[in-house]
Amino acid sequence: MKEKNDHKHANRYGMVIDLDKCTGCGSCMVGCYAENNVPFKPDETNKLDSINWIRIFKLTNKKPYPDTEVCYLPMPCMQCDGIGKHGHSPCVSVCPAVATDYDYDTGIVSQIYTRCFGCRYCMAACPYHARKFNWWDPVWPADMEKYLSPNVSPRMRGVVEKCSFCFHRHQLAKDKAYLEERKELEEDEYQTACADACPTGAITFGDLNNKDHAVYQLKNSPKAFRLLERLETNPKVYYLTSKEWVRRAGDNYLAHEEPGKLNHTVKEHH
Amino acid sequence: MKETPLIPAGVKRCSKWQFSIWMAAVTAVLLWGVYAMFLIWYKGLNQTNMNDAYGFALWIWADLAVIALGGGAFFSGFLTYIIGKNELKNIINYAVIIGFICYSSALLILAIDIGQPLRGWFIFWHANVHSMLTEVAFCLSCYFAVLTIEFIPLILENPKLDKKPFLHHLSHNMHGIMAIFAATGVFLSFFHQGSLGGVAGVLFGRPFAYREHIFIWPFTFFLFTWSAAAFGPCFTILVTKVTELITRKKLVKDSVYQLLAKISGWMILTYIIAKTIDTLYWAFVTAPSKGFTLMDFYASSTYNIGILFAEIVLCGFVPGLILITKRGRENSFLLMTAVILAVIGVSLNRWVMVLQVMAVPLFSFNDWYAYMPSWQEVATTVLPVAYGLIVISLAHRYLPVFPQEKELNPID
Amino acid sequence: MFPFCFEWAWDMGHIVFMGGLWYALSIIGAGLTFAIIKSIFDSTGGGHDNHDHGHH
Ligand code: SF4
Ligand code: SF4
Repeated sequence: MKEKNDHKHANRYGMVIDLDKCTGCGSCMVGCYAENNVPFKPDETNKLDSINWIRIFKLTNKKPYPDTEVCYLPMPCMQCDGIGKHGHSPCVSVCPAVATDYDYDTGIVSQIYTRCFGCRYCMAACPYHARKFNWWDPVWPADMEKYLSPNVSPRMRGVVEKCSFCFHRHQLAKDKAYLEERKELEEDEYQTACADACPTGAITFGDLNNKDHAVYQLKNSPKAFRLLERLETNPKVYYLTSKEWVRRAGDNYLAHEEPGKLNHTVKEHH
Repeated sequence: MKETPLIPAGVKRCSKWQFSIWMAAVTAVLLWGVYAMFLIWYKGLNQTNMNDAYGFALWIWADLAVIALGGGAFFSGFLTYIIGKNELKNIINYAVIIGFICYSSALLILAIDIGQPLRGWFIFWHANVHSMLTEVAFCLSCYFAVLTIEFIPLILENPKLDKKPFLHHLSHNMHGIMAIFAATGVFLSFFHQGSLGGVAGVLFGRPFAYREHIFIWPFTFFLFTWSAAAFGPCFTILVTKVTELITRKKLVKDSVYQLLAKISGWMILTYIIAKTIDTLYWAFVTAPSKGFTLMDFYASSTYNIGILFAEIVLCGFVPGLILITKRGRENSFLLMTAVILAVIGVSLNRWVMVLQVMAVPLFSFNDWYAYMPSWQEVATTVLPVAYGLIVISLAHRYLPVFPQEKELNPID
Repeated sequence: MFPFCFEWAWDMGHIVFMGGLWYALSIIGAGLTFAIIKSIFDSTGGGHDNHDHGHH
């Protein structure tokens, strides 16, 4: 949790997911499983111990037909910036062994599998249930091991894993840029697998601090909101919706409170 | 009796046969727990019914509960050696043994609970000093060392060991500087009991657990330390009374019980007032600021508002009020009721701060999470109980635990 | 835990936390060492301490 001083030039990678566009097709999940060697169980009946780095929730407005509306909501790790300053993410601040860390250059919350000893405190801390525990050793069906990505280390039993915003892709892009003697990455040089896989283009990924990246504008849209914003987790994943009930479902409100009209005590911290 | 050289002079113990049968029964339970423990170490945490929503469950509760109950050791030590309540010397040995059992159990449970037990030392080596759990791990281990040091002189007083001059002197010299160890123990206990409260209180992603902070410590930090000091002695009293019941003799004079009960009573009462204020502030200020009402947290059939009532009124104010009144303390039925309620109360508080935290849904589109422990989890939680009974039985039989026993039970 | 672990930093958090830890550990260590050394002396060197027998 060592802090760097040159925050100004640091990147802050984030995501904007347009819920009006998401069809709930699950391509992002498939892309993620393949990209990150995410293990699965022979029997996935119990979803509470399934491993996934991004998963899709189905929300409804709970109204009877014909007013029923449905919304699909993909949820990766929010790469929370946390209260006040960068790096005080709910999970990073609690990990006793510094096995999950906040990268001040990218804003990405890392997970160090060989350092994690499986106390699961970070899981208790994460309100998004973005963290998954390896209850079993991963077993892939015959031959499938040959298809695993060499860029992502598979995890072992007894450790926690979570979405890394495909950090290995960032490293590869950085390596390439270094060889070409560039400092900055282009927007399309570093994209996550889920953003690539989404057929409707619902997922936009980029640097929230960079005016030239699409996410910079999108996050300021009046349709934009973040999940459980009131907890001050300060997520870097934004959602777009034109529907009031979806926005309401994304956080907790007292009966008289209106989403979006709250006194803005909850601010984005830079 | 053949065993006489091992048994302290001037006291009567049950026959070898009776003792062996009892020990065999408890050992059988212990072995069941040990079997489950190895199963978990060998096959992994898939042997439990925990899941990704319930990453903290029965074990963490057991951990928190035994540490709170073991708090009797540090608080009695504080009263005896630092405040100078000499009367309590007659129960401090037992308080130390109970504390020793509680803390060794807590460490064992932690070793079972982590997904990669062989990497357990990372928590020390790669310590994140900002994590409450790091503080818990450090202070817990150090305090366990202190308890062991406090226990050793008593073990050395076994008649057979006492014959060896070095051991005799070691016991004497350790007694001589016990106040230093006790003070260190109090220091360490203050922090780890508090940090255990901090574990839940810092979770700003979990509005059910989160509390406002004073400096770097959430309110739960202070509440946990306070409650351990308040309720721990009740557990010491309870276990001593049960021991008296089983051995069918008086081991500690009533005046000792009365003193400890009175102090405990005042501690409980002040604690529960603080807890009430904390609860009110949390319910009416902290939670609403995050969009929750109090009843949102108690909207399940398992976790309904009755739990809050039980914790604060039934198992908080009631025992507190009984214990501070002379009439209440002196009536043995009321005394027992109070200590039992108190022990339930603090265990319930720890339960709520672990399991209910996990159960409460954070999204409107999620439901309450349910969890039922597997037999392996139950067995490994029963394991420390069996282990505790064994240690207590051995200690009672072979060590002069109760200084007043001879006087209260003259043999001839 | 030690300054040579790579996540170590000489910041307030580490100084206070580890300071407290090493302080407590040294007290425990020193106390224990004192008791052991004194007991070795007591049990080997001369019997002048023998009046202690039987009281604690
Ligand atoms: S979503 Fe959860 S795992 Fe991801 S940074 Fe936030 S608290 Fe940590
Ligand atoms: S489970 Fe691993 S990453 Fe999570 S808090 Fe524990 S050691 Fe850290």
